[in-house]
Amino acid sequence: MTSELSALAVRGLTKRFDRPAVDALDLTVRVGEFYALLGPNGAGKTTTLRMVAGLLRPDAGSVSILGIDALADPVSAKQIMAWVSDEPMIYDKLTPLEYLEFVAGLWGIDPRTSEKSARNLLVSLGLEPHLNERCEGFSKGMRQKVALAGALVHDPRLIILDEPLTGLDALSARHVKGLLQERVRAGCTVIMTTHILEVAERMADRIGVIAAGRLIAEGTLAELREQNGRNDTTLEDMFIALVDTEAAAA
Amino acid sequence: MNSTAHLTWFARHEFRLAWREWLAMMTGGRRRRNRAVIGLLIFAAILHLPAYAVVARYVDLRFPLDPSSLLVLTATIFLSWALMLSQAIESVTRVFYARADLDLIMSSPAKLTNIFSIRIAAIALTVSSMALLLSTPFIDVLVYLGGARWLAGFGVVLAIGLSAAAAAIAVTALLFRLIGPGRTRLVAQIVSAVIGAGFVIALQVVAVLSYGTLSRFAFLTSETAARIAPAPDSLVWWPARASLGDLEIMLLLLAIAFVLLGVVMAVFAPRFADTVARVAANPAAVTQGRARAFRSGSRQQALRRKEFLLLRRDPWLLSQSLMQMLYLLPPALMLWRSFSGTSTAIVLITPVIVMAAGQLAGGLAWLTISGEDAPDLVATAPLPPSRVTRAKVEVVLLAIATVFAPLVAALAFASPGQAVVTAIAITIATASAAAVQLWFRAQAKRSQFRRRQTSSRIATFAEAFSSIGWAATAALVLTIPTAALVSGLLTLLTLAIAWKISPRRG
Repeated sequence: MTSELSALAVRGLTKRFDRPAVDALDLTVRVGEFYALLGPNGAGKTTTLRMVAGLLRPDAGSVSILGIDALADPVSAKQIMAWVSDEPMIYDKLTPLEYLEFVAGLWGIDPRTSEKSARNLLVSLGLEPHLNERCEGFSKGMRQKVALAGALVHDPRLIILDEPLTGLDALSARHVKGLLQERVRAGCTVIMTTHILEVAERMADRIGVIAAGRLIAEGTLAELREQNGRNDTTLEDMFIALVDTEAAAA
Repeated sequence: MNSTAHLTWFARHEFRLAWREWLAMMTGGRRRRNRAVIGLLIFAAILHLPAYAVVARYVDLRFPLDPSSLLVLTATIFLSWALMLSQAIESVTRVFYARADLDLIMSSPAKLTNIFSIRIAAIALTVSSMALLLSTPFIDVLVYLGGARWLAGFGVVLAIGLSAAAAAIAVTALLFRLIGPGRTRLVAQIVSAVIGAGFVIALQVVAVLSYGTLSRFAFLTSETAARIAPAPDSLVWWPARASLGDLEIMLLLLAIAFVLLGVVMAVFAPRFADTVARVAANPAAVTQGRARAFRSGSRQQALRRKEFLLLRRDPWLLSQSLMQMLYLLPPALMLWRSFSGTSTAIVLITPVIVMAAGQLAGGLAWLTISGEDAPDLVATAPLPPSRVTRAKVEVVLLAIATVFAPLVAALAFASPGQAVVTAIAITIATASAAAVQLWFRAQAKRSQFRRRQTSSRIATFAEAFSSIGWAATAALVLTIPTAALVSGLLTLLTLAIAWKISPRRG
């Protein structure tokens, strides 16, 4: 597969802190794909995605986003990408609409387009009654939804989400999942880490399992089952077996 | 565990927390306890030198003193009390609003009155310990040179620490009853900030209006003050007499402070639980923003708009700005006086303004550069980091220009040349403060603003020395231009050293 056809192409990505966090990782995500990146705590998922989003400088390797070399031309790569972390970082003293206005301004989106889009997003996430309230009194779930709306308001072609469903109630989680699937149907690429394996099982086109900074398995659910020779197992069973095997080998 | 054992155990827990919080403040949260303690001991030892310079000449002072000396001594003690009160109010609001263990304590089967009594005692002890720590070098020098009678100073410091803590709890509880839980935090923060400097500023205002000088001692040492001063046996002089070694009065003051604290504990500790519950019931009032259309503009404009909006809506910053404005009140008054007279003291305005600008710029630069609540969002935005930084520095410069332009404009009417020098010095002091923040930036939440000094001691000192240096340079440009060159070079050298050892060099 060539990098032009990939939403994300990572080659030999390496990052060391006290020990190797990401170890010469190769990863390819296709355009329009919903990709779930799974792994135990400390496996290197967040570090990988933070390097892709331009938040961390890799020690080695390359990152290509829709054909743009993200390390050589980060501004162009960031223009078409959005990042949502597990800890929603928003401004307490701004209202959701003001926050989205700021994000749209940062991405240089025409205000007439972005205002309409912002209102639609916030309404679809169930935040209509709170559009003009400052975020300081919001629950974690509401903050997460505001952060997600911020990530979508500039209409990115690649959305990277690190544990986006943490702290969300069932209804909010459904809103978020619906919104993400809608984006994928519109041709956008979504890469998401999650510990809720059921979500990955039901939503992801392909799943990557990472352990000790390396990709240890990848494919559709069916492909993963085939690779593991277990046609009737759940993703949870497979994940635990894969991680255990990797830990034993290490 | 019986009741006494339980109380002792909780007291130990509280004091351990207070010690760790204090240690974190001293070390900037880094785990370098031994180094911090050694550093502190060295600092305390070094502090004996300036202490010697300040108090050595007073070792032979004995009661009765002349009215002017008594006034200066009493005013200094009252100022210390006001500063401790300010610190104590801050501690009390933190206990009401910010302690993470309140839910745990409230849901425990422990007797809340006892627990909150201990917490009040812990606040009093923390405030007094800090005061004792800072006053020890001065008292040491006096004891060494003047004899054991000066040991009474420790008793006075303890008495004012305990009474300040008692007053702080009463003030906060009163505010809570008068204006409710929602506004108490903000108002208490402002009251705390204003109390700390209010007394000095009031003295300066009186000095400016009466004697045309910014010296706060001008009024205290004047004949007018001596004339209206109370008789030598007045209660007003008790703190001064106690600090001069009158053991009997010192013990009386200490007893009064303990009684005051006891009364506050008895009255307010039972209500603390109710107060905390009411605060918890009002976590954050819903504040409605104004609905308006999205605005167009460049990416940097979006950043600048956001920064200004956040600065405008920041209550702590509001109180800090208010403080800076209060500091500017005496020079502004002096400026006003100079229009009607021929006061040469107007030159003093420049360093005061430059110093205030440097300090305010440091705070603003920390908020905009380090205090970014959504760092990931800004870092993943499609614009180079240099443009983000530029937009943030522009916000600092614009904010400082807005605050100080009217004062410089007024100065231009009185002395155009001085106005130009002041404007240039303000710009340089602001740019220097912003540069220090850039070199030492450490990502933090805006809510940590009060602890910004602890993230880097070097940055704090560099920022302070740069403000003082540029203020002195500006004053010297107007009086002794050759000396200004030396002062300016020394300030530049300070900044160069700060840059050299900063983590962001290059």
